[in-house]
Order: sequence, then structure tokens, then C-alpha cells
Amino acid sequence: MSALALRVDAIRKTFRRGPKETVVALDGVSFSAQAGSLSALVGPDGAGKTTLLRLATGLLTADSGEMEVLGIDAARAPQEIQNRVGYMPQRFGLYEDLTVQENLDLYADLHGVSRATRPGRYKRLMEMTALGPFTRRLAGQLSGGMKQKLGLACALVRSPEMLLLDEPTAGVDPLSRQELWEIIGELVADRQTTVILCTSYLDEAERCSHVVVLHEGTVLAQGAPHEVSALAEGRVFLADPPEGQTARGLQARLLDSADIVDAVPDAGRVRFVLTGAGSAPRGVEATAVEPRFEDGFMTLLQRKRESVRSASFTLERPLKGHTTEAVEVRDLVRMFGSFTAVDHVSFDVRRGEIFGLLGPNGAGKTTTFRMLCGLLPATSGTLKVAGLDLRTARASARERIGYVAQKFSLYGDLTVRENLDFFASAYGLRGEARRRRTSWALEQFELGSHVDLRSAELPGGYKQRLAMAAALLHEPEILFLDEPTSGTDPLARREFWRRITALGEQGVTIIVTTHFMEEAEYCDHVAILDGGRVLAQGTPADLRTHVPAEAGRAATMENAFIAIVEKARHEDSARRRSAA
Amino acid sequence: MWESLARISALIRKELLAMLKDPRARWSIVVPPVLQCLIFGYAATYDLNNVPYAVLDQDHSFASRDLLARFDGSRVFQRVADLQRAADIARVIDNRDAILVIQVPQDFERDLLLGKPASVQLIADGRNSNTAGVAQAYAGAIVDAFNADWRGQHGEAGPPIDIASRAWFNSNLETRWNMIPSLIGTITLIQTMMLAAMSIAREREQGTFDQLLVTPFRPLEIMAGKAVPSMIIGTIQATNILLVAQLWFRIPFQGSFVVLYAGLVLFLLAAVGIGIFVSSIAATMQQAMLYSFLLIMPFSLLSGLTTPITNMPEPLQILTFANPLRYAITIAQRVYLEGVGIATLVPNLWPMAIIATVTLGAATWMFRHRVA
Amino acid sequence: MTRDDLTAKLRRVLALMRKESFQIVRDPSSIALGVVMPVVLILLFGYGLSLDVKNVPVAVVIENPAPLATDAAAGFRLSPYFDAHIMTSMKEAEKLMLERKVDGIVRLRSNFSRDLSLGDAQVQILVHGADANRARIIEAYAQGAMAQWAARRQAQVESVAGGPVGVVSRLWFNEANDSHYFLVPGLIVLVITLIGAFLTTMVVAREWERGTLEALFVTPMRTDEFLLGKTLPYFLLGMIGLGLCFLASRFMFGVPFRGSIWLFAGISTLYLMIALGIGLLISSAVKSQFVASQLTMVVTFLPAMMLSGFIFDLRSMPAAVRAITYVLPARYFVALLQTVFLAGNVWSVVLPDTAILGAMVIVLLVLSRRVTRKKLA
Repeated sequence: MSALALRVDAIRKTFRRGPKETVVALDGVSFSAQAGSLSALVGPDGAGKTTLLRLATGLLTADSGEMEVLGIDAARAPQEIQNRVGYMPQRFGLYEDLTVQENLDLYADLHGVSRATRPGRYKRLMEMTALGPFTRRLAGQLSGGMKQKLGLACALVRSPEMLLLDEPTAGVDPLSRQELWEIIGELVADRQTTVILCTSYLDEAERCSHVVVLHEGTVLAQGAPHEVSALAEGRVFLADPPEGQTARGLQARLLDSADIVDAVPDAGRVRFVLTGAGSAPRGVEATAVEPRFEDGFMTLLQRKRESVRSASFTLERPLKGHTTEAVEVRDLVRMFGSFTAVDHVSFDVRRGEIFGLLGPNGAGKTTTFRMLCGLLPATSGTLKVAGLDLRTARASARERIGYVAQKFSLYGDLTVRENLDFFASAYGLRGEARRRRTSWALEQFELGSHVDLRSAELPGGYKQRLAMAAALLHEPEILFLDEPTSGTDPLARREFWRRITALGEQGVTIIVTTHFMEEAEYCDHVAILDGGRVLAQGTPADLRTHVPAEAGRAATMENAFIAIVEKARHEDSARRRSAA
Repeated sequence: MWESLARISALIRKELLAMLKDPRARWSIVVPPVLQCLIFGYAATYDLNNVPYAVLDQDHSFASRDLLARFDGSRVFQRVADLQRAADIARVIDNRDAILVIQVPQDFERDLLLGKPASVQLIADGRNSNTAGVAQAYAGAIVDAFNADWRGQHGEAGPPIDIASRAWFNSNLETRWNMIPSLIGTITLIQTMMLAAMSIAREREQGTFDQLLVTPFRPLEIMAGKAVPSMIIGTIQATNILLVAQLWFRIPFQGSFVVLYAGLVLFLLAAVGIGIFVSSIAATMQQAMLYSFLLIMPFSLLSGLTTPITNMPEPLQILTFANPLRYAITIAQRVYLEGVGIATLVPNLWPMAIIATVTLGAATWMFRHRVA
Repeated sequence: MTRDDLTAKLRRVLALMRKESFQIVRDPSSIALGVVMPVVLILLFGYGLSLDVKNVPVAVVIENPAPLATDAAAGFRLSPYFDAHIMTSMKEAEKLMLERKVDGIVRLRSNFSRDLSLGDAQVQILVHGADANRARIIEAYAQGAMAQWAARRQAQVESVAGGPVGVVSRLWFNEANDSHYFLVPGLIVLVITLIGAFLTTMVVAREWERGTLEALFVTPMRTDEFLLGKTLPYFLLGMIGLGLCFLASRFMFGVPFRGSIWLFAGISTLYLMIALGIGLLISSAVKSQFVASQLTMVVTFLPAMMLSGFIFDLRSMPAAVRAITYVLPARYFVALLQTVFLAGNVWSVVLPDTAILGAMVIVLLVLSRRVTRKKLA
């Protein structure tokens, strides 16, 4: 067996977009992956990661260049490759009218997994994905994250020589992510499986032995993760916000300064990266820290992308709303048959606050959202949005909220401008007002260059921007965002939070769900949901105190989340045991 | 009110954009109806103009030749074989070489001259009994003409009764004349119903329906915004078919366009209502499509398009009252061929209004109460 | 190929079939199209649709109720074809016809009796032309009824029977002139076309549209296995529909079956394979449910209904339209079905038509194998 599991040599691939335009997806990409290694492809949207994986599986054919997978020419014998690799596409097409078990069986049969090895394999997969209780449920009835996990389980149903994973953890909660990485680690360590994955979680890239940073179809850098991290050596600092200022505020200020590449809130402090070697800007108390992969990545991309800094964001005029309690939820319950999706949930959101709903997949976040927006009637309990129950209030009351659904529901056939025009008219904007608002949206969300592109053809980050623009056209007081950052790249996430912070400062109330725990740091208040119940709520600092000190783990939001959910689940099973 | 209209028109504009953006969808809206209309116009005819027939002349007389010459002289019959033996009849019929075999027995002429009744045998291929029946009727008419002339030439009294037939509204009894006006309803029903059913199912499948529901749209406005674009497309299709009928097939239009379009709009409303109702039940686009198809089949079979409603058993006749196509075909034929006014059509108009009200009402209720 | 390879292949096909069967059973719409639709069609064709003309409402206008005229009118009363309304005013009859309460008018003028005794009477027959086919049949029947009456009368007067030449008509294969006899083969064509082409197009296009194929393609599954696993369940569904139609034709409508049941099964299998092949071809080429379904309608369903010779006579169509019918499989299938049901195993029809269907199967299978590739975009 050759020591190289994957050899990519000067691969070029172009696509047609629209009637005339040709897009270069990959432009002379070369790299290789050792057999039995774990490699990551990282890069912003449109970098060509997915195209590269599809080429490797033989689903696409390159225009030029050579590609060898497990020593097989991908262009010549795709079937041989397909016999030997496991592949999980970004949108794993589960059969929604088959149950979890039937989906697994299908892939087990197709991969020729023997009957004898199945029970053990299934058990392990069900543990990993926590789908055990749901094997008889139809895949279509699973939450987004659970579908993702089932997709991965289907790809792992046998142990292939090589595993190709396209954003395997997008939309998966931290608990499952942890479990998932355990199994990937096991495959690499014990079975010498070669794993190649795309990811937008940069902390995941750090776990890999080899990283390829792609940008617009070219390789920016490759090597071990620490080599990328080293690019930011001596430029990374951690700063405490001054008295009376939030970490978010300091972060925003730092991002505005020209010699700073990146700044993110980090456990109540702010982590920032300088453009060149030097010291922290004046007036900021900062200590130098070891760079992470993310810091190196941002440094690499600094020359390529300017928009994070320029994404300052202003409303056209100050908000008019008067309510102080923007959202009030008391004892909210929602049953689906005998299943309780939301179980006596209560919380308040004050005006101008950024409120985060965190929770594992299937915790009831989306159901809560749909009730708040009046899309679903509550079984019991009261809820008020801007002082009203939207389910019963007049239709015009809905002008006070904006809603960005999980998959950025846009009309894919319509262009960016047509989408904006439609939503503006839907909110009763006409003539001059509509022109003004759409041009505001195009400018603020930097969509000008894509205005005539069908929204289905937009790269992920742009879709998210367009969805947000459409939800803000009518200047709502309250903005609901359901997993707005899942499936978008690190740069897009930063831009997104930059805008959200600005909106909050200008008085818009924001309620957001997310799987990226570090993003909870941007919120004023956070509630953690699991099994339909609120397990904890408070400021991010409050929640971080839940991390047990003796565990020796850093008090990050992610660890706090894991601790809270695990504790609740532990208590739950203990209670069930004692009841039985 | 004004706001509401503005929202509806925004939705209409969006729907039309989405429907017509894809060139293939544009193609499928314009080309198939016109093509169907052309093909049906030529194909859907019970009139025969090319009947292959075979002859078994066992008399070989002047009289038999005279009779057979009349068949050959008609523009309908084409002689494909002269048979020698009765056993050959089976062969030409079985092989579908001939639809009809005319057997002239021996002594045909002698019997005629003796004033005894002579007979010819017409054997037809009953595998398609409809075609066979029409062919036999044509042949019967030729024999009748032969009889009349024979009587005249041989000094016998002519037929005591002279039958003068005339057909109203379609003097040459061309199937095409009634078929094509009926197609205005049939073809537009298929597409408007499917378009309406798909338009909401698509939004649901792609997740945009929620987005629509959180905007200030009221259910009735969504309904209007979804109904009108399909109706516009339906009207365009109906107009295309009307143009083919008049410019290509040159079927004279007797009535008023205002009356025809008034009936058409009501019909489209009923069709779209059914489509939207289907989509309020369907969970996916596939279901929306198959369910509408499941309705379209009985609608077109029980519309009077291919077989008359009066021939159906009583329970089915009652069922046809819920079929908008039944009324559309009646209206189209009566306005187009007979030129009747709106007053005559009232019994055909109000049932469609009821169908539209019931289906649209039920669909609105489903939107509000459906938990998806 | 070794034995192990073959077992693995078989297992994969079975897995795909199982998956497809679950989907069929769970989706009420495929059951509706695969099972409910054939039953509805059977009932409609069996009890609802009939081209036979019976009990046609006609107005018989006797402007002068002389004995001869009343006698002639009575002839219509007795005819099974007509439901005669006898009246004296032509105005009234015309009004009834405009309202479509009657489909025809037979008018015996006031001087009918007198003219008849002079040997030169006139009868006027008016038919409503809005349904040309029906009008023509009504016209012929009315003329026949009149002529019969006249012949009867003449025979009484002159003791001469009938006209010089009488016509003895025989309808082979369908002596009773029952329209079910030719509707049934049409029914079978429609059912198989719907299940084979329409349903298959929808389910394959759905897989492309929903992106469920990307992961499925990167497995040891071969293209032929995919095609087989996808189509076999629908093949079985089509066979069930076919069985239902066959049983209904024999036991509900009493249509004779004079050919061989094996031949019938054989040609139906061929046609079903063609329908499946067309469905696969369209969906692989178009990949969008809406467009694919519209295309299938235009390419398979409508031609099967209109251009197959099932209702309308192919020989009377203009040459251009007739030329199209030669490439339509439904044309050959209808001819075969009509022959096998009503005429028996007429090899001179069966062999060439079956050969053409067989050739179409091969072409379509090769084409769909070519078009369906495990590639995206």
C-alpha cells in the first residue's frame, strides 16, 4: 500500500453559473494526505472545499490535473474508490420517510456490512449520536442536528479505508460534537483510517495532523496546525475590558482599529490578533498568549478579506418601540401527541438585549421560536412578544418582528433584488420608501455585487446576509434568528456578530439560537435548554461558574454547557432509576 | 384595504417571477397546451376518412361492380384487397389489413332484376367497435344511395320518404368543432390546478412558507396572491387555445368573448381553489402533484368530453355536479358554437362559484389550523 | 464475476428495493396512484363511460296528428335508442333543443300524410351538432328508424319486402357491439403508463431534487443496481394494477379473452418496461419534479390516450400526426391488447408488434443506463 492515501496534483475545476458566467472553483490545487492521517480542509465559503471532496469521490470530474485516492485514479475508476471510501456530504440526503433504523440498514446493506457485526456497530453508533431512543422515528421528524448525526452514522456504518466528511459537525451541538470526535479519533488511531474533512469549526482543525487552508480555489497554506498557528506568533493578546465596559464593546472597538486582524470575546475577556508584531494598542491592558489555529487562520486571510472591519452597521433611524419587556414567556408548554417538546419554559428578554437560546439538538429551541413568532399554537402557558401574542394578534402586529428561519428561507429562483423587493412589499413598503430601504439593505449587508444573482446560487455567507437583510427591511423591534451561523464560515460568523452587536446597541432586541458556544459570549443573557426544559439561565459569566473547578477544564462557555447538560441528564436518569 | 392590495400584488408579482423564471417552466406552460391542442385537433376525431376495405365479389356482375365502384369513388373507402374465397376474410380482418369486408353473394344481380331482396354482407373488425360502427354506417349510406338509383333506373317507385337531415351549430358534424372548444377547459384545468397545488407545496418543502406567515400577510391575502397568478397563466393558455381554434382550425366563433371569459374566470377560480385545497393537505410536492393528478383523471373522464354525461348512471351524473370541467365544457361549447348569452349560462355558473368558495374556504381553514 | 460478487450485488438490489417499498407504503400518494387510481378507473370505465347511444331524448313534431303521422311517431317511441317526446309545435321543439333538453328533432310536416300517399313525403331531421360524433349516430339511427317504418308500411301496401339491396352487418369479435370491449385495453394502457412512467418519473426526480443521491452514489452500489432497485418495486406495483384491470375486465365487464394469458403477460411486461424506461430517462435528464411530470404527461400519458388508436382511429389522422404514432409504444400495445383479448393469438399481428416493443425496451434500457451516471451536475 502506498503511503499516500490522497494525492491531489494541480486540480482545476470550473462551473457555469447562469447563462454566461464561469466560476473557477478550484485553480491548480495540490496537496496530499498520508495514509492513516487526519486532515482538514478549512477556508471561507466558496473556497472549493466541497468541490474537492466531490472530485475525490468521483462524483465530479476535474477539468485538468490529477487526483489519486487510495492509489486509484479518481477520473478513471470512480467506482473502485466508491467501494472503499465512506462519504458524508454536506447535506446528507436522508430518506425522510424511512425510520432511523431503516436508513442505517440501507447503508449497511449497500456497504455489505455483515449481519454478525451489525449489532455491535449499531450500538456504538447509537451511543455516539444519542439517537438510540429514536430508532423507530422517521428521519423526517428529527431535528436538524439529529439528521446531521444520523447522516454521519450512515457514513460510519462500516469502517472504510478512508473517510471523507463534508462539514460533519455543522449544526451539531457540543455534546454530540465531542462524541463524534471521539469516534473519529478512534478510527484514526485504532484502524489507521484516513480521514479528510471540511470544517468551519477552527478548533476542530487543531485536532488534525494536517491542515489545508483554501481560499477561492487556491491553497493559502498547508501543514501541521501549529505551523499555521505560528503565523500569529507574538501577535495574540488577551485583554480585560475596562470597568463599565462589556467584553463585546471592547471587542467592537478593537476590531475598528486598523492594526488589528481579529478580536473575539473569550470567557469575559477579549482575545485579539495584531496585524504585525508589536504590542497591544494604547489604553488596553493586555497579556500576550499562545496563538491558536484560529489566530493563524485569520492572519492568513487578513490580506484577502476586508469586510469584517468594514462591516460597521447602522440603522437608518432610531427605533420607535417603547416596551421594556420585549419578550415574556411564562410556563410555555408544547406537546406533539404524547411527546413534550417544550416543557414549562419561562424567560424574559428586555429591550435592546441580545438573548441566546442554547441547547443540544432536539432541545426544543426551534419549537419555542415557532411559538413566539405565532407559527405554532402553544399547548399551555402565556407568551408575549412586544406585549402581544402573535398567534391571536392582528396580522399587522407581525410588522414589529423579523424572523430568520433555520435554513435562510429565501426564494431560490428569485434574484437578491427580487427577494428584497418582495419582502419590502410584503411589509407594506412602497415607492420611495421601498427603494430607500432596499438600497439601505444592499449597502449595509454588502450585497451590491450580487444583486442580480439568483439567491440559490449565492455562497452560504451571502445567503445568511440576504436572509437577515430581508428580515430587517421593515425596521422591526425584535429580531428572531434560528441558528443563523450554522454552515457559515468563521469570517461570515464574525461579520454576523458584528452586525448583531451593532443592532443591539441601536435598540433592536435580538433572540438567537446557536450551536457555537463561543458565540454565547456575545449575548447579554443566555438560557440553556435540554429536553424542552430550561436548565440554566443568566449572563455568560453566571453560566461559566457552572464549570466544576476540580475538572481542570477552562471555564469556557462550551465546557459550562457540557457540564450543565450532563448534570441535568445525570439527575434525570437517577430520578428515573429511583422511580422505577 | 389599500395595504392589503399592495401586499397581494407583491405576492402575485413574486409568484409570476418564480413561475416564469426557469426557461423550462416557461416552456412547459406555453408549448404543451398549444401542441396538445394541435394534435388533438387532428387526432381526436371520430370521422373516418381512410377506411381500408376488402371485397369478396362472388357475383362479378354489372350490378356488383356498380355497387363496389361507389365505394371506390367515395373519398372514405380504400380498397386494399380483392378476395377470392370466403376463407380469406378472416385473414384480412385478423391482420388488421382491412377494417371492413364487403361480401357480394352470387346471384346478387339476378335477385335484384327479379325484384327479390338481394343482400350484401358487411363484416367489420369489432376490436374497436366505435370505428367499426362508423364505417358500417358509411357503408350503409352508400348502399342506400345505390338502392335509390336502382329504383329510379328500373322504374320502381322512389323511396316514399325523403329524409332531409341537418345539424345545428356544426353543419358538417366535424368532431374537431366540439373537441377544441372543450379543450379550452380541459387543458387549462390540468395546468392551473397543478400550478396552484405546487405553489404552496413548494414553499412548504423549501421552508419559505414560515417566512411568509411571519409577515403581515393574512391567510386570505396569501390565498389571493397564490390564486391569481395561476389564474393568469390559465387565462393565457385558454387564449392560446382559442387562437389556435380560430386562426389555425378556423372554427367560427358565434358568441361573445366577454361571456366566454367571464365563464372562464369563474372556472379558473374553481380549478385553482381545488388546487390550493389539495396543496393544503399535501405534505410534499410529490403528493400535491399526484393528488391533483388523481382528481384530474375523473374530472376529465366525467366531464362529457369523451362520453356524454346523459349516458352515465344516475349516481355518477350526480357526482359530475362537483366537477368544474363539466360546466366549463358546456359553457365553452355553447358560447363558441351556439353563441348563447350569459343569462342562459347561469345554471352553469353558480355551481363553479360554490366549488370555489368551498375549496378556498376549506384551504384557508387548513392553513390556520394545520400544525406542521 | 464470482459468486460472492453476485450475492453482494443481489443484496444491494434487495436493500434498495426494500427502501423503495417502504417509501411506497408510507407515502399515501403513491398508494393512491398505484392502487386507488386503477380501481377508480376500472369503476369509471366499467360503469360510467359508454359511447353507446341509448335513450337519446328527441322531439318528434307532428304538425298534423293524422293517423299516418302518429303511426310514424310511435315508431320512435318503441325504439330503444330514443326517448321520444311527441309534440305538435315546432317552436316548442326548437326551444327544447336550444336548451339541450333534446338532442334532435324529427319533424313531420302538416302535409306528411297526404304527401306520403302521393309517394313523396318529406321528413326533416335536425340534430344538435355540439357533439358531432353523437349527432352523427343519432342522425343515422333516426334515419334508420324512419326507413324501417317506411319499409314496413310499404310492405303492407305493396307486399314487397324492403328495398332492393338489404345490408347484413356483422361485427366480428364484438357481436354485441359493447363499447367495454374496446375501452378495457385502453384502460390497461392508461394504468400501466401512469404507474410505470408517471410515478417513476416523480420518485426519481425527487431523489435528484432532494439531494438524496449524493451519499447513495458513494457506495459500492453500481448504476445498474440503482436502476434495478428503483424500478422493480414500481414494476411490481404496475403488475398489481395490471392484474386488477385484467380481473375486472373478465369478471366485471365480461370482456372475452381469446388469446393466451402468457402472451398477455409477456407484452404487458414489455410495455411496462418501456414506461419505466421513459420515466427513468426523463427524470434523469430533467431532475425537477414539476418539469419532469409535465414532460411525462406530454410524452407518455396524453399520447397513450389520444394517439394510440384506443379511442380514435389512427388511419384517419393526417399523415404528419400518423407518423408520430409510429414511434409511440402505446400504439403497438393497444393493437396487441385488442388482438389478444378479442381476436386471439393472431401471430401476424403479435409477432411484428411484439418485436417492435422488444426493440424499444432494449433501446430505452441502454439509453437510461447511459444517461443515469453516478455524477453530480
